[in-house]
Amino acid sequence: MTQTQALSRRRVLKAATGTAVLGMVGFPAITEAQVDTIKIGHLTPLTGFLGQLGVYGQNGAKMAVEEINARGGVLGRKLALITEDSVNPGVAVAKAQKLIEQDKVLVIIGEISSASAGAIMEQAKRLKALYFNTGANSDELRGANCNRYTFHIEGCNTMYTKTIGHWQKRQGLIKGARWYMLTADYAFGHDLARVSTRFLQENGGIVVQNDLVPTNTPDYSPYILKIRQANPDFVYLNLAGVDQTTFLKQYKEYGLTYKLAGGVMDTIPFWAAGIDALSGYWQSLWYHGLTNKGAVAFTKAFTDKFGGPPDNQAWGDYMGMQIVAQAMTEAKSTAADKLIEVIEKGMKFDLLKNREGFFRDWDHQLLQEMFVVKVKEKDKAKDKWDIFEIIEASPGPDESLELIQPTKAENACSFAT
Amino acid sequence: MSPSPDPGSDGKSGRRPENRSHLMLFIVIEQILNGLVVGAYYILLALGLSLVFSLGGVVNLAHGAFYALGAYLAVTLANAAGFYGALVAAPVAVAAVGMAIEVLFLRWLYQEDAILGLLFTFGLALTAEQVIRLIWGATGLPFWIPPSLGGVLKVGGFLFSNYRLAVLGVAMAAIACTWLLLYKTSFGMVVRAGTSDPEMVRALGIRLRPVLTIIFGLGVGIAGLAGVMSAPLAGVQPAMGTEILTATFVIVVIGGLGSFWGVVLAGILTGIVKGLTVLVYPPAAEAAMYALMVLVLLVRPRGLFGERMDRLEA
Repeated sequence: MTQTQALSRRRVLKAATGTAVLGMVGFPAITEAQVDTIKIGHLTPLTGFLGQLGVYGQNGAKMAVEEINARGGVLGRKLALITEDSVNPGVAVAKAQKLIEQDKVLVIIGEISSASAGAIMEQAKRLKALYFNTGANSDELRGANCNRYTFHIEGCNTMYTKTIGHWQKRQGLIKGARWYMLTADYAFGHDLARVSTRFLQENGGIVVQNDLVPTNTPDYSPYILKIRQANPDFVYLNLAGVDQTTFLKQYKEYGLTYKLAGGVMDTIPFWAAGIDALSGYWQSLWYHGLTNKGAVAFTKAFTDKFGGPPDNQAWGDYMGMQIVAQAMTEAKSTAADKLIEVIEKGMKFDLLKNREGFFRDWDHQLLQEMFVVKVKEKDKAKDKWDIFEIIEASPGPDESLELIQPTKAENACSFAT
Repeated sequence: MSPSPDPGSDGKSGRRPENRSHLMLFIVIEQILNGLVVGAYYILLALGLSLVFSLGGVVNLAHGAFYALGAYLAVTLANAAGFYGALVAAPVAVAAVGMAIEVLFLRWLYQEDAILGLLFTFGLALTAEQVIRLIWGATGLPFWIPPSLGGVLKVGGFLFSNYRLAVLGVAMAAIACTWLLLYKTSFGMVVRAGTSDPEMVRALGIRLRPVLTIIFGLGVGIAGLAGVMSAPLAGVQPAMGTEILTATFVIVVIGGLGSFWGVVLAGILTGIVKGLTVLVYPPAAEAAMYALMVLVLLVRPRGLFGERMDRLEA
């Protein structure tokens, strides 16, 4: 008898459940830390629909650590990086706890998913360790859920929305226009839909429909067919990661001509969609086409090391590491309270942009420039990474960095409790 | 947040050219057709999974990895042989890889506790995903619809992607060929006999091992074909295999283990249910498939066309 062991249908159902588990196991990579090092944890999704972004982020963080150690480390000590795959909010909590309590890291840097970042923030607060969020966008993390131990290098949803929104408004694209939204069905998407709808409606736009789309949807055609029936002026994407790529490719497949815009733009999913599938104007936190000296040097070093230019996520985690090192040097200490103190005093940071940035003291959001970018014409692109031309910085050179920020009224944060 | 903000306030419905009820009919037809395309992918994957399970008794958790491998090989091969070359060559290559793995590892596990097969294929799936990352990198690879299949079919208010129609055609052909192989050839007769009574087949002096190798190759080859055809649509990225596998299991369970037409019907049903859910209430699109599974299992515990197989009942 071949199958003497009972192999029931029930077991197959269990196997199906097992496949879900496949998505939950991570691959921790531990760079062995020596005694007299400053340990920093890097925690970000390396698998799943944000995994591609996470890998770039980790590369950025690693490169920063190498650079910092090459110039002698911080306060005479070398940095040691311990990297982990955060996978999902549940795993993120456990790994944040492990990094702080077991590995004794002083600071955690990373994360992309707003749901996971919220979970890490709570651990940081509870265990009084610092966390630098380099990829999660939800306003709520800077508002209702904010805490003193967390700093946000990534732009919040309002910054992304207002950057492109101010530009669209000046072009007269919003007033009276009909917008069809596709929104990622989790914390980030809901938050983004809320702030982008608010901005569009305040400026006379009409949101005709907002479809909630599960993350990792392989097939967007049902939504695309619905968009066609609704016949909007703009399609507005509140999607992230692989979902952006998939949508862009399939939108091109159907050849619809409604203009595209979105509440967030990450370069990696746009690279993956390819320049043929892209069109219109978008907003970028950082783009490798920037021509200031710092950006050019960073892009060259990253390209030499990894074979392709850095994206905004690599920039974010690289910046996170540099900001931590700079703050420790300034504070002459690695203690969380001392670091919070120097950063809250308005310490300036070189962000590889046209202007320096600083953290706002009441919500710990990094105030910084963003950029309006336009998809290049294909024959003008130098290589497959050269997809945008930079139209303008937002806020402009003479404007306050507060211009694209949520106001206190829009996103109140209190560090008390 | 309300998913449907006030369509009445736009005041611009007058600019819609066609009659509304016609439009509704078109969109329902479009969504059903689209459900068939989605279902076609599921069927191609589920057929292989079901075949390998019912003949070898191994639940292949690495089945999705072969789907991903098909997509990645398509990207690589298309550079040399074009899309159509890749459409043929990639599934063949996937089948070859699958048969090699079957001969080297898997065949030693048929006689063992089923949990060993599960563990092995689970490990294989993880390994395959990491190998893909090592070879092709962690970021998604761009891949496009071949120009000859680009564009859309437009008839009146009806719109559909040419490429998706082609996918439907190829999938139907592949399903038909598999059916012919299983039900109209002597090879297929051995396979079906091996499924229902392997002891008797052996007693008749027919060796099942080479048959199993071929079936495994065929199963993963079809998965590879689905991978190639999905590459221009859903993108090519390391986790793609893991992601689709769960849906594949759902199809096999709904259809009934070992049932050819069960799998086909389940794939079609699931695709259509998903498409129509998006039309009515998008947030439930993902859950609809599982709701359908629960419903089917309540009425028919062995799935739609699942027959009682004594050796599989615990």
